[in-house]
Amino acid sequence: MIDGVGIRALGALKPARIAIYLLLGVACLYFLLPLFVMIITSVKPLDEIRAGNLISLPRTITFDAWHKAWASACTGVRCEGLHGYFWNSVSFVVPAVVISTLIGAINGYVLTMWRFKGADVLFMLLMFGCFIPFQAVLLPMARTLGALGLANSIAGLVFVHVVYGLAFTTLFFRNYYVTLPDAVIKAAKVDGAGFSAIFRRIVLPLSGPIIVVTVIWQFTQIWNDFLFGVVFSSGERQPITAALNNLVNTSTGVKEYNVDMAAAIIAALPTLFVYVVAGRYFLRGLTSGAVKG
Amino acid sequence: MGALSIRNVRKSYGGVEVLKGIDLDIEDGEFMILVGSSGCGKSTLLALIAGLDSLDAGEIRIGNRVVNDLPPKDRDIAMVFQAYSLYPSMTVRQNISFGMEMRNVPKDDRAKTIDRVAQILRIGPLLDRRPSQLSGGQRQRVAMGRAIARDPALFLFDEPLSNLDAKLRIEMRTEIKRLHQRLGTTIVYVTHDQIEAMTLGDRIAVMQAGAIQQIGTPQEIYDRPANLFVAGFMGSPPMNFLHAPVVALGCGFGVALELKGHKITLPAVNGHGELKDWVGKEVVLGIRPEQITQKVDSLLGASYIRTLTLPVEVVEPTGPDTLVHVSIDAIGLTCRVHPSFTKPPGEGIELMFDLSKAVLFDPKTEARIG
Repeated sequence: MIDGVGIRALGALKPARIAIYLLLGVACLYFLLPLFVMIITSVKPLDEIRAGNLISLPRTITFDAWHKAWASACTGVRCEGLHGYFWNSVSFVVPAVVISTLIGAINGYVLTMWRFKGADVLFMLLMFGCFIPFQAVLLPMARTLGALGLANSIAGLVFVHVVYGLAFTTLFFRNYYVTLPDAVIKAAKVDGAGFSAIFRRIVLPLSGPIIVVTVIWQFTQIWNDFLFGVVFSSGERQPITAALNNLVNTSTGVKEYNVDMAAAIIAALPTLFVYVVAGRYFLRGLTSGAVKG
Repeated sequence: MGALSIRNVRKSYGGVEVLKGIDLDIEDGEFMILVGSSGCGKSTLLALIAGLDSLDAGEIRIGNRVVNDLPPKDRDIAMVFQAYSLYPSMTVRQNISFGMEMRNVPKDDRAKTIDRVAQILRIGPLLDRRPSQLSGGQRQRVAMGRAIARDPALFLFDEPLSNLDAKLRIEMRTEIKRLHQRLGTTIVYVTHDQIEAMTLGDRIAVMQAGAIQQIGTPQEIYDRPANLFVAGFMGSPPMNFLHAPVVALGCGFGVALELKGHKITLPAVNGHGELKDWVGKEVVLGIRPEQITQKVDSLLGASYIRTLTLPVEVVEPTGPDTLVHVSIDAIGLTCRVHPSFTKPPGEGIELMFDLSKAVLFDPKTEARIG
């Protein structure tokens, strides 16, 4: 009797299963196709691209386009490839991510465990920051950077991204910290730990998942940002996203699709790398409310 | 010199008065229980003693110092929390050591203290594990270890056993009492469990609605509850209450009841003459289940004994005794009868009412009479 039910249930499930896998396969193909096209195009010689089909596999594989994109492609009048801009991006993305994550953690810690009068109002106001479009802050931010003497500098870009990212990082940490048991903090207070000792010794060691989430989020946002990069930096100080745009738009007669593709992949590699390395923590962190230490 | 003295302490949250002027003195080395149902203010009072919250009015002294404005770490206290509240990212050793590090205790002394604590609580083999690898009872031990390592003037326990299963709770209860006898440190212990309160405390403070209803030894609280709340709260199954008018009997007083149209009386020994003023007025007679039993021949002649035969309604065996539910005049009574004397539901059972320990309450003020 029970077996019969089991078999029938299995039989009913089988076509549904197949449909699900089919659907997932199609979705997978759909999402991976652009990446596939980018990769094969980037390793094809130019004449093969012109002659062949967009998705046909390369007959000869060459990394010339990658080399050119990295070292000698023209971005406007300069022809030194993307490598300088790549390091530009690294040089402001890393400090911006680290600083905004750290301040977000401290904000979240204060907003949940050292609550003061008006904490909720402050938090709500801070949340408005998540909804302000980039364009709206361009002019005031330009004035501010000028007044601070940070215009057109790496420090200026770091500042912009930290300020803009704080709303998000604070939200992440605050929402994570409200799930930590309050009594642990009380125990630490009774044990004689103060504000910074509780943060460093108790709270930070429990923050692994949410730090990963925040770092991925901030890294992706800041690395991929184009608008702030274009507006608040210029010339050889520009980030890689701006340089990529210039590279693709600079043409010397022939459109070098393979170089464009290689450059685009180079520009996207760091975020991909962060996802692959930290991705499994990312998923875990997003559902961390349900997980208890 | 008292270990802890609380004077007229008040606390409100958002206009609601949670503590309405608490006065409490605790002697050095005493095991004091704060007991009450949830929301009575007992945990708030403990948080005020610990310094985790600030008081609105009044004064708290620990030893000789007024600690009103001192932070928790300067009050010479240690606290054990309901959910253990171990630091999840630290090993047991680090958990115990953390407080000492915060107080800049030298490393050698810390190691010695950890060894001593581990020995007292038998947690030596667990020192390098993390809290998530421990069972509930083990976590509870570590939480106590953390408190003992502090060597405080005052231990504060906030419902430390309520997360444990029934069997472990009884084990740990004994262990806590043994620990207190060994260390001799003053303890303030909050619980909602009246059995924990009875078994552990040197004295008990019963709280309700932000006020202390009665302070006394477990036996005082049990035998002479100050009011109806205390009488009903302490003891399981709870005390039986009968509303009845006082009547003058031949050589004393009693209360009059009606049973199937017949007037019956139960003697009231409690009053030492004071009951004269109550004759004709209604009182509440409180009698505990173990005072309504099967007949005991040797007691039958005494003035405070009365026997009645009542129909059995429900029978609940507990093992050592059987609880028999009967009623007089539609008022339910629980009786504690030896298992061999029980009768099935519907049959009459002859019960002996021992009124020597019965208590009378004023139905208006709810306070005990006499």
